[in-house]
Amino acid sequence: MNREPNAREPFVRVSKRGVAIPMWKAFGIRGIALVASLVICSILIYGIVKLNPLKVFAAMFEGAFGTNKRMWVMIRDMMMLLCISVGLAPAFKMRFWNIGAEGQILVGGIASAACMIYLGKTISTIPLMIIMLVFSTLAGGLWGLIPGLFKARWKTNETLFTLMMNYIAIQITAYFVAMWENPIGSNTVGVINSKTKVGWFPEVFGQAYGLNVILVLALAIGMFIYLRYSKQGYEIAVVGESENTARYAAINVGKVIVRTMFISGALCGIAGFLAVSGASHTISASTAGGRGFTAIIVAWLAKFNSFVMILISALIVFLDKGAIEIASRFNLNNHVSSMLTGIILFFILGSEFFINYQVHFRSGKHKEVQA
Amino acid sequence: METGKAIRMMDITKTFGEVVANDKVCLDIHPGEILALLGENGSGKTTLMNMLSGIYLPEGGQICINDHPQVIRCPKDAFCLGIGMIHQHFKLVDVLTAAENIVLGLNEHKLVDLKNVRVQVKQICDRYGFVVDPDKKVYDMSVSEKQTLEIVKVLYRGADVLILDEPTAVLTPQETAKLFTVMRNMKADGKSLVIITHKLHEVMEISDRVAVLRKGRFIGDIATKDTNPQQLTDMMVGRAVSLNIDRPQPINPVERLVVKDVTVLDSDGVKRLDNVSFTAYGGEILGIAGITGSGQRELLECIAGLARVEKGGSIRFLPPEGKEEELVGKNPLDIYKLGVGLAFVPEDRFGMGLVGSMDLTDNVMLRSYKNGKSMFADRKTPRALAQKIVKELEVVTPSLTIPLRRLSGGNVQKVLVGREIAGKPSLMMSAYAVRGLDINTSYTIYHLLNKQKEEGAAVIYVGEDLDVLLELCDRILVLCAGKVSAVVDGRTARKEEVGLLMTHLGEEATA
Repeated sequence: MNREPNAREPFVRVSKRGVAIPMWKAFGIRGIALVASLVICSILIYGIVKLNPLKVFAAMFEGAFGTNKRMWVMIRDMMMLLCISVGLAPAFKMRFWNIGAEGQILVGGIASAACMIYLGKTISTIPLMIIMLVFSTLAGGLWGLIPGLFKARWKTNETLFTLMMNYIAIQITAYFVAMWENPIGSNTVGVINSKTKVGWFPEVFGQAYGLNVILVLALAIGMFIYLRYSKQGYEIAVVGESENTARYAAINVGKVIVRTMFISGALCGIAGFLAVSGASHTISASTAGGRGFTAIIVAWLAKFNSFVMILISALIVFLDKGAIEIASRFNLNNHVSSMLTGIILFFILGSEFFINYQVHFRSGKHKEVQA
Repeated sequence: METGKAIRMMDITKTFGEVVANDKVCLDIHPGEILALLGENGSGKTTLMNMLSGIYLPEGGQICINDHPQVIRCPKDAFCLGIGMIHQHFKLVDVLTAAENIVLGLNEHKLVDLKNVRVQVKQICDRYGFVVDPDKKVYDMSVSEKQTLEIVKVLYRGADVLILDEPTAVLTPQETAKLFTVMRNMKADGKSLVIITHKLHEVMEISDRVAVLRKGRFIGDIATKDTNPQQLTDMMVGRAVSLNIDRPQPINPVERLVVKDVTVLDSDGVKRLDNVSFTAYGGEILGIAGITGSGQRELLECIAGLARVEKGGSIRFLPPEGKEEELVGKNPLDIYKLGVGLAFVPEDRFGMGLVGSMDLTDNVMLRSYKNGKSMFADRKTPRALAQKIVKELEVVTPSLTIPLRRLSGGNVQKVLVGREIAGKPSLMMSAYAVRGLDINTSYTIYHLLNKQKEEGAAVIYVGEDLDVLLELCDRILVLCAGKVSAVVDGRTARKEEVGLLMTHLGEEATA
């Protein structure tokens, strides 16, 4: 069964880096990835749609930062995404696959809208805001608590459970949209309290979205401290690593699952409050708009670190805004801009591979041996 | 008689990140010999052999087979060269039969003729003295049968160099003897065998030549007939080590744990422990012997409150101070609240005792993080304790903030045992506390357990190495299929007697 002698090494070999590479080098690799992605994008833009790539990039930038208003819209959307990601972080850290953020956002949004509609005439904005916050938190928390309870009690699969809860939430939203329809026949709720602006986020420092920023950053920092320094955060990490270890360490696993899922859902509920009261002032089945899923990526990429989540949500929202702008300005088909954002994300995320792993080529290795 | 292959490994280097697993190792394997590859854990034995069997690719150096330089890029290359490895963790598909496992992955283009396979398997078995039922499913096999199947699988593929990675770790003394017979038959047939091990008496018994690795370097090789265990140990460890385990006389033993009529069922309702009763005394080490899976795990877990005890059982715990407590019906949180000092070193280090992704400090606080009223966890005290453990138990670690998984097995175990001892336990339970540890660390662990015994704690030591059990323990409880086979005196019992009690219940064994 002997084989011909073969002295050739494999062409490429990958090994894990033992020592973490220095910060500047890591950022260097990310920078190179960004440049490479832009080069590929340029070739694509020039090759397929025959446009000047530089103009397209400039348009992307303008789409996100072009005017003061655009910049604040971008910040608002970024805060929304960040809020959901911060909410998902404890669940994922516990290895509880909460893909039900969409539903948790929606029920939080419904709670806020209900408060605005039913209490808006009798209660002034500030106390109303507090009531809305409480109810959206409870609604989202409940939506997270249910799959948590079932998991803790009967070991149900949380992935399917949370996913299904999304559809229930969408149906409930549709029901309330029909009930609150305004004007009749429009099949939308319309802008709630458009004249009185009761229950709308007030301006802070002269900025319409100032309160969004303050609220979400506070939550993000709070979550960072909670996960890193509190006893409960420690319990979440242990349960996530191994339930047996948790039981051994005298942790009540069921209690931790239920509690953490309440917190996770509650923060997503607050995101619903932000969407309704702090941004659109209306509610529809698309209020969550898929951000509950996008946030999963944000939370995982950041490894549940709030501060990294800020950067990643900024990147994702920037690409999104830029893509919309180039699609409309150059009259491009939507798919082209999606391709561009896809390429940029691919390169930036792919660069993490080169930060964690080293690639050796055959020729390089021979030198090493001789040396 | 076939002629085996001469393998020559020259200047083999392999690194994992910053860890140098093999540093310019040179090793020759001669045709028709049994070579023992000896070394402590983490000395690079398995890594070296994995490069021969195509699992890893060396970063430097050369492998020559019959004086032809070869590059072994994958296990298939290794098979083509007639090299086969039997791994410590078997690579079999549970739901397939023996014959199916044997042909699996051969990548034949025509239909596999299982009848033909059976005939060939039969031939191999007859030639070397194996017993394999080709139609038995793997999940129905005992550990020893699985190992036999692995060997037959490798032989079927035409291997004439066989590498066995710690093959005896999972076998009873009787099964080990059988394996050694088969190995001698294969040698007589001209095959070369490499046995990776750190059990010295096995090296002396089976091998023709010993090669010793230490910390990734090749230390030397020597004909087995020209050496002795003490010399080999010194080569392995790098300095003289005493091979005797202390066994101080117990000082006024007091009842600490009285287990009565305990039965534990698993999730399928199968009895894992059947009406077990015994008493553990403070100031003595009670050994628990038995074939793996005879109920050792369940026994410790039901004492720790992790497994449910069936009605009628009782576990009374008598702490040195304070009142007697009934542990049945209590969960770990209840036991923690009692503050009775129950320490438990579980068998599954990362699956139960520790968290691999967390650093030393966070692991040290696993059992005590609840202390104090604040909602924030106190990390200062555990950090100081972690520092103390690192210093006193000589844990080799670059820092306190490294994820524990990155440390070697011995250092991980030191952290675990150190943490459990820090609670000044009155009952110390340990399951396979030295599994996979090198000689040095094992002796550190024995010493720590002895110290607990001298301080008056009741120590329960679940072990698999009968030699150690007989040297360390005052009394040995032998479990056989979930029942207490016998309790014997550690000072007078013989190894064969305990081995027999492990497979036959007490009455049958003496009858």
